[in-house]
This record gives sequence, C-alpha cells and structure tokens, in this order.
Amino acid sequence: METTVRETIKNTTKKHLKENNGLLFGQCLSAVGWVGGTVPELTEKDGLVELSMADVANGGIVAGAGLSKRRPIYVIRYQGFNWFNASIILNYACKSKEIWDVPCPIFIRGIAMEGSIGPVAGSSQHSIYFKMPGIKIISPMTPKEYLIAYNDFMKNDDVMYVSEHRGSYGNSEELNDSIADDLDLVLFPISITRFEAQKAKKQLEKEGYKIGIANILWIKPFHIKKEWEKAVIKSKFGGIVLDDDFTQGVASNLAYELMKKTKKNFEVMGLKNKSAGFSKDTDNLPPSYKDIISKCKEIIKKKK
Amino acid sequence: MNEKFFRLKTFEKASYCRYFEEEVIKNLKNKNIKIPTYVSAGQEFIAASIATICEDLKIKPWIFGQHRCHSIYISFGGDKIKLIDELLGRKTGCTRGMGGSASIASKEIKMFGHDGLMGSNGPIGVGACFATNHPTIVFMGDAAAEEDYVLGGLGWASTKNIPLITVVEDNNLSILTEKKVRRNWEMSDVAKSFKMEGYNLNDDPIDLLKHSETFFKKPCLLNVNTNRIYWHAGSGMDGDKTFDRYQEQKKKLGEEAIEIDKRVKNEIEILWKQQLEKQ
Ligand SMILES: Cc1ncc(C[n+]2csc(CCOP(=O)(O)OP(=O)(O)O)c2C)c(N)n1
Repeated sequence: METTVRETIKNTTKKHLKENNGLLFGQCLSAVGWVGGTVPELTEKDGLVELSMADVANGGIVAGAGLSKRRPIYVIRYQGFNWFNASIILNYACKSKEIWDVPCPIFIRGIAMEGSIGPVAGSSQHSIYFKMPGIKIISPMTPKEYLIAYNDFMKNDDVMYVSEHRGSYGNSEELNDSIADDLDLVLFPISITRFEAQKAKKQLEKEGYKIGIANILWIKPFHIKKEWEKAVIKSKFGGIVLDDDFTQGVASNLAYELMKKTKKNFEVMGLKNKSAGFSKDTDNLPPSYKDIISKCKEIIKKKK
Repeated sequence: MNEKFFRLKTFEKASYCRYFEEEVIKNLKNKNIKIPTYVSAGQEFIAASIATICEDLKIKPWIFGQHRCHSIYISFGGDKIKLIDELLGRKTGCTRGMGGSASIASKEIKMFGHDGLMGSNGPIGVGACFATNHPTIVFMGDAAAEEDYVLGGLGWASTKNIPLITVVEDNNLSILTEKKVRRNWEMSDVAKSFKMEGYNLNDDPIDLLKHSETFFKKPCLLNVNTNRIYWHAGSGMDGDKTFDRYQEQKKKLGEEAIEIDKRVKNEIEILWKQQLEKQ
C-alpha cells in the first residue's frame, strides 16, 4: 500500500520525538482519533505533551519551548483557533532571531477541514500569519511535500506555519504542475483547492479549453517559478489564485505578485466575505470544481 | 548563607542598579537617551536579592523579564557597558540597538528579551522551563500579572511541577492606575488556588531570603511589594515621599554600606562618562 499524508505525518512525528528529542504540544491529542491518525500513540515521557485549554498561554508556552533545542511541533486542531494561539508566536517566536539573535523554531500544524462546522472551525486561516515577518508558510497536500516541509524545518531555524487540510490525509499521490505555452488560463491553487483544480481542469479540457495548473506549496516566501511566469505570459487570459481562506489575505497578495510579474490579469477565488453558518445553505466553502469551471468560462467569455 | 554577607552582597548589587539608573535619569534629561526608557530605581532590591540567592545556590537560571528590566540585567551580571550602549542606540548595545530599554537580552547571562506585550514572558518562561527542566525565573509587574495568558501559563506550570519562580514586582501601579481600581484579589492567592507556593511579601532582602527555601524545587510565586521612584517611563517623579528601600538599607547597614555606596557611585559615573565620550 502506498504511504498517505496521514502516515507520513505520523511517522515523521514519531521520529521527531523518539530520535531527535523533539516535543509535540497540543490539546486533547490522545482523545478520539489521535488528530485524524496523524499523532503517534506516545506519552509525555516520549515528548508528547498535553496542554491545558488556555489557548493564548499555550502559544506562549510553545514559543518558550522553541527557545530550547527541542524544536516543538504544535498541533492546532482547527485553523480558526489561531486567532488565540498565534499572538505570542507571531510577536515573540517569529521576532526572536531578528531582535535578539536567538532562534525560536516551531513547526505549527494548523489543520483545516470544512463542511457544516461553523464560523471558527472551518477552512484555512494562513492569512493570519501571512503579513508578519519571521515566518515561513507552507501548505503540503502530498507525502513528499510534507517531507519537504519537515526537512526544511529541521535544516533551518525558522518558525514554520504548516497549513494542513484533513482532506489531504488520505492522499498518497503527488500533484504535479501542468504547464504549457498555449493555455487559456493558469490556475494557482492552494491547499484543498488543488484537488478541485485538477477535477476542473479535466472537465474543462473535455470541453476544449486549455487550462494549466501551478501548485502553490510555499505561500511564504512565495517564489514565482520561471515556467509559471512564462506560461502565464503566453496564456490568453492570465490566471486565478484559488484558496481555502478568505480572499482578502494570501490569495489577493499572491495574485498581486503574479500580476506584477506577468502583467496579465489575475482573479482570486476563496471563501466569501461572510461568516459561515452550520447548515448547508449558510456554510462558506472553498471553491468547488464546479465553481472553478464557471469562473474559468466566465473569464474566457468576457475577454473573447 | 551568612545573613550579613547576604545583606551586603545584595546591597552592593542594588547599589550598581541604583547608580546606573541615576545616570540613566541624567541622560534622559539631557536627551542623550532618546528612546522610551523604563527605570527600575526603587525596585532594585528584588532582583538584587534573588540574584544573590541564586549565586549562593550556584544556579544560573534562565531569566524572562519585561519592560522594566535594567535591574534584573545588572543584578544577574549583565555587561553594563553594553546596556549603556543599548540605551544610546548603538550597534554595540546588548541587543544591537534593537531592544532599547524595554527588550534587552543577554546570551551571557541567559536573559531572554521581551516582545513588548506585557505578561507574554509568563507563558514563554513556563514553556522554556518545561522543555529544558532548567531553573527559570519570570519577572513581571503587578499589571502584567493580570493578563489572562499569564494565569493560564501559571496553572499549567503548577500542573507540570516545573522549577520555576514567578516574581511579581508589585509597585501597585499600571502606568498610574492603582491596583485597587483594577482588581480585588492578590496574585499570591491566585498562585495558592493553582496549588503552588504563593507568597505576598516586601522587598526587604531578608524577607526574600526567608521565602527562598522552595526555590527551584517546585513552582512558586512571589508577589513582592515595592516602590517605583520615577515615572512609568522617563525621568519624572510623582513626589519625594515614596518609600526608598535603598536609603533604608543603607542606613540600616551603616559604615560598610556607605563605603559600598561611594565606591559604586564613583565607578558607575566613570563608566557612563567613558562610554559617552566614545562616539
Ligand atoms: C498586552 C499589552 N497591553 C498593554 C500594554 C501597555 N502597557 C505597557 S506597560 C503597562 C503597565 C505595566 O505595569 P506593570 O506590569 O505593573 O509593570 P510596571 O510598569 O509597573 O513595572 C501597560 C498597560 C502592553 N505593553 N502590552
């Protein structure tokens, strides 16, 4: 059986605790499901540490642990909890190296999911971190990408926000870019929208459209690959940045960078500017493949 | 530890802190120092006593102070020249001019910087202490202690039984708002309710020594009542009636203290003069 993202996280974490004297902090880690099966069934003796429910303080406790040589991993079960957890991490851990020359590396596992879970627990919140200095943001959706994130963390001494999505945990396949010189549009999807982008591309191609995909793994620093730039410049209608967060954060910022570089038009798709309710009708979900298809057709029609 | 030795050693440390701060005041007034500056004159016996106790225990703790931290830095052996340079905004300062007065740090004495959000050093100190199991001291003000995250961190420190001392330097003021306006409870009671050792005491060094038995054996909190002589920031004074522990101790200790006072005053004045002459 191929290794899934879930198993990759679990195995990497086990190694981190058992072989690297690492720590893993979080709330209710050992409760039902061990965080979607991503946390190894270990104890505090092994470095698996249960925190209390004081979320703001917990961010501080983990920042303090970051000052030791033990490179804490911090599990934030729903990304919305970052509104409380991120304050001391962003204001202390992320600035420590620059102000005091004291690195404070932390690997923050922010976990997203969606669908009838209301205004806090749903979707990604990586935009909270985006504007601040001293942080790297990555959103791995495949086993290999997860290892890229972890290895980069171990090689350097940065604070890293890892924007995970439960929808990727069962995935064992790599998601490759598909880029060409004669595209109508290039999709730049982030997080869970990468899977929907694939579906949308397939469907649109059946209908005769030429759609490219440039997968955004690194959100910060955001590096525009040469081949992406070339494909967009040669494309007919530019691109769309797709996100699992509100559009007025990461998505708009990356679209701006892409627009500046390529002088082509960019649109953004992500969560709507409204609070999510629990019912199906009031929810606020990331763009589905159907939404993406409609948007692509709308852009192409308008510009033709 | 011999009580007289302890008193004199602590007085000497306090003397360095006091005369350092007197020079800071002069240089604030003549505008050599151009940044917001938090003077700790009046409160120096807290850090001085605890640093003397740590030296006697042969423990070099990790230290987490907040904005009013010159006395902590000096008492635990921080390089005074580097602090002068820091306050003057020089690259040779203890945090290369980045930290100013409020966010000083020193790798040599394991003093970690403060981010400017009061009380954040509470949970940060708890996390560092837990991860290393190394003796750790968190110093904060009576206002910072009210931050929700300080309380959350303290509760967890008690649960994990870590070698942490939390020192609340209780000068009764949050900028100028008195404690009784802000709350009707004491931090020592909060500590006790978290099932850790909690004490409410004065900044008399002997009082601090008496409460040091459990230091680093289990988590404890000392709420130490003290007095801030100068304004929250800057060089102004609210009046000259503030009780001054330094003068009280000098009088109590007599000749030997007067000698120390004179020697240290001279030494610190020369140190500042020399640093100011360097460009
Ligand atoms: C989170 C946060 N809230 C408010 C402030 C503004 N502030 C700076 S110092 C201060 C009072 C601090 O009083 P205390 O903690 O007792 O220390 P002291 O100044 O008396 O030494 C306040 C309210 C701040 N720096 N951080």
